[in-house]
Amino acid sequence: MLPLLQAAAAGTHPLQGTAASWLWAVPLLPFLGFLINGAFSIVSAYHAGPADPTLAHGDGHGDRHGTHDEEHGAHGDDHHQVKRHPFAMLTSIVGPGVLLLSFILTAAIFFAMHGAGEIATPFIQRYFSWMPVGDLKLDAAFQLDQLSMMMMLVITGVGTLIHFFSVGYMQDDPGYPRYFAYLNLFVFFMLLLVLGANFPVMFIGWEGVGTCSYLLIGFWFSDKANADAGKKAFIVNRIGDFGFLIAMFLLFANLGTLDFDAVRAASTSLQFGGALVTAICLFLFLGCAGKSAQIPLYVWLPDAMAGPTPVSALIHAATMVTAGVYLIARTGFLFSIAPVAQIVVVMIGALTAIFAASIGLKQWDIKKVLAYSTVSQLGYMFVGVGSGAYVAGVFHLVTHAFFKALLFLGSGSVIFAMHEAYHHTGSHEDAQDMRNMGGLRAYMPWTWALMWIATLAISGVPPFAGFFSKDEILGGVFARAQHSTIADAHLFGISGSAWLYFAYLLGIVAAFMTATYMTRMMIYTFHGPNRTGDKEREHLHDAPWIMTGPLLVLGILTLAGGWINIPEFARFLGPVGALERWLDPVVGASTQRVIAGAAETSPGLEYGLVGLAVLIAIGGIAYAATRLDPKSLVPKREAVPEEGFEKVLLDKYYVDEIYDAAVVTPVVGTSRGLLWRGVDAGLIDGLAVNGSALFARFVGWIGSQLQSGQLGTYAWVLVIGVLCVLGAVTIR
Amino acid sequence: MLPEALFFSAVLFVIGVFGVLIRRNAIIVFMCVELMLNAVNLTFIAFAQVYGVAGQVFVFFVMTVAAAEAAVGLAIIIALFRHRQTVNLQNINLLKG
Repeated sequence: MLPLLQAAAAGTHPLQGTAASWLWAVPLLPFLGFLINGAFSIVSAYHAGPADPTLAHGDGHGDRHGTHDEEHGAHGDDHHQVKRHPFAMLTSIVGPGVLLLSFILTAAIFFAMHGAGEIATPFIQRYFSWMPVGDLKLDAAFQLDQLSMMMMLVITGVGTLIHFFSVGYMQDDPGYPRYFAYLNLFVFFMLLLVLGANFPVMFIGWEGVGTCSYLLIGFWFSDKANADAGKKAFIVNRIGDFGFLIAMFLLFANLGTLDFDAVRAASTSLQFGGALVTAICLFLFLGCAGKSAQIPLYVWLPDAMAGPTPVSALIHAATMVTAGVYLIARTGFLFSIAPVAQIVVVMIGALTAIFAASIGLKQWDIKKVLAYSTVSQLGYMFVGVGSGAYVAGVFHLVTHAFFKALLFLGSGSVIFAMHEAYHHTGSHEDAQDMRNMGGLRAYMPWTWALMWIATLAISGVPPFAGFFSKDEILGGVFARAQHSTIADAHLFGISGSAWLYFAYLLGIVAAFMTATYMTRMMIYTFHGPNRTGDKEREHLHDAPWIMTGPLLVLGILTLAGGWINIPEFARFLGPVGALERWLDPVVGASTQRVIAGAAETSPGLEYGLVGLAVLIAIGGIAYAATRLDPKSLVPKREAVPEEGFEKVLLDKYYVDEIYDAAVVTPVVGTSRGLLWRGVDAGLIDGLAVNGSALFARFVGWIGSQLQSGQLGTYAWVLVIGVLCVLGAVTIR
Repeated sequence: MLPEALFFSAVLFVIGVFGVLIRRNAIIVFMCVELMLNAVNLTFIAFAQVYGVAGQVFVFFVMTVAAAEAAVGLAIIIALFRHRQTVNLQNINLLKG
């Protein structure tokens, strides 16, 4: 295979012959892990007889833990000894091992790329001709450029850490190898997504990660709620994928190609701000809104928390949900000539940011807070890439991957500890409800410290990672509101400039809310008195090192991750704008087109904006710290229901109920009443299938009536027939 | 001579046809079939007077076949009678659909 690949990749690129020629192995390693772990899972499932305790365990836990919302699979049975999966040891080596190898290879490629100096064109490896149909010539090809390199580092890096965390978190689950098989497969598809050299290869990855997301949300599928959450994610994503497909069709119909490079070259022939490019961009954004959980398609992401917590960290926070941001950065050359579409992206992003943040203010489930926070942060990223600040958006993608993965894994540790404590006493309290936590700082100091780092980062407190990226997004929007191609465009008669200022305002308010709800989460979880229960309290402790270790690495990244793109005013920290220079060959031209040669914002204004952002962050934290009183909280079972607007927030503005009434019920009703009873049972079954049978039977009945058995009748028929024939011959 | 012969054979044939159509007794029906065959034979003979001897050869063939048919047909009717105690065709309708 290797010589073939090398021959296929023949060309003179600076990366030719370096570690980058092993690019194909990066996604292939996780795929190999998927095959091996999947084999473990199938083999062990095959050998498990009815008396096998692991099987009984797997079948029963859904009912037995019915009162727990989720998170029960990780921690064995209440009554008899936990029996680990027979292949648990091998899986623990293979699952994270392939990811580690993949990451090492990615790092090697990165250093090769770093050493090769300025690389203006992407390094493309063509493997085979995939779909040569008429004018459509599609290759199975990977493309390595600075953007996909960075995504690969995030995916394999954060992915490896989360795989290691999963070893501790999931080790007692009866579906342990199945879990790692899915997780490996996810990484494979995610790498396909970022490495694809044309839209269809990317789309394969796009759909593949959706499938893995579905499989992992419904990992504990014996609970109907989990299976439903998986289906919801899958179906909502289909709506977005429809947009992606339409955009691809439009691109092919008008530009005649789907390769990123060729589309980029051909996009110069598109009219600036024309209807065609705007339509393409809006359809692409529909796809992004589905995958990256933006209004109106965000509803699946909070429900996706039904999956295991490491899955939430990897798929529903760090990598998959950022695919939409990646797609817009990748197709920045299209968006930068469609300012109206850019306004839409920015506004949807800003609205999502503030909408989700406000819901996050009143959630009690620790993972739901983080889920809405993810939706909100994704909104920020779209504000960034939508306004043409591609570097800022992608920068936030990276830092968010660090701190949100840390937050999710930290909450995983908390849930793990809570669940284990309840498990010891056989209690059936909710292990995810913050009202049952409180004061965990004393029992879990490591988790406490690391999660505070992440909280400060997401709130935007310097010098943590989130500060730099969020500040760059907000600064970018503000600068573009003053002068850019977007500011000159109009949507609904309102100038783009006004839209962008509005988006900036929303972003600032959302930042305040972010700081508030994150601090609220930290205070309710880790501070104040403990509400877990007297018997359970003594079992609370930090997670084992296989889980805390990855947290520590992520903590360091959260602390220092912002330094990959240091702004001008913080030059003392290191080289300024490293990420910006790194990504310049990919998004530089698009960015320049959007800002249209505007001058840099004046230093005074920039300091003002940064100062405001920091003030907002600290204000939000201070507001939460002073207004919230963890002592007045009572455990979940004693809590009184909320009233008024608080209840509206807790119930997520009733969006799910509205969708149910406006979309789901009519669709189900139409399907049931018209399509099933009317068309399927009535027309197809009744008329077409049974009708044709009835007709055949009727014709047969007529024939059988002719068959009287009376010889006389037959003779008569014969004679009349002969006479008719003779008559016809004679008359003619 | 020819027209008279043809007319006579046509009358014979029609009598045979009507016999087959109207009568119920299997033996009579069978005899009517023979009548039709012989009407055809008569036609052959008549035409043989004009067009040559080939018609007469056909007649021999027809008579041979008719003899064989009579043997088989009568045997069937006898078997039928032994079985059902009747040769009335209206009662013999086992092939009713």
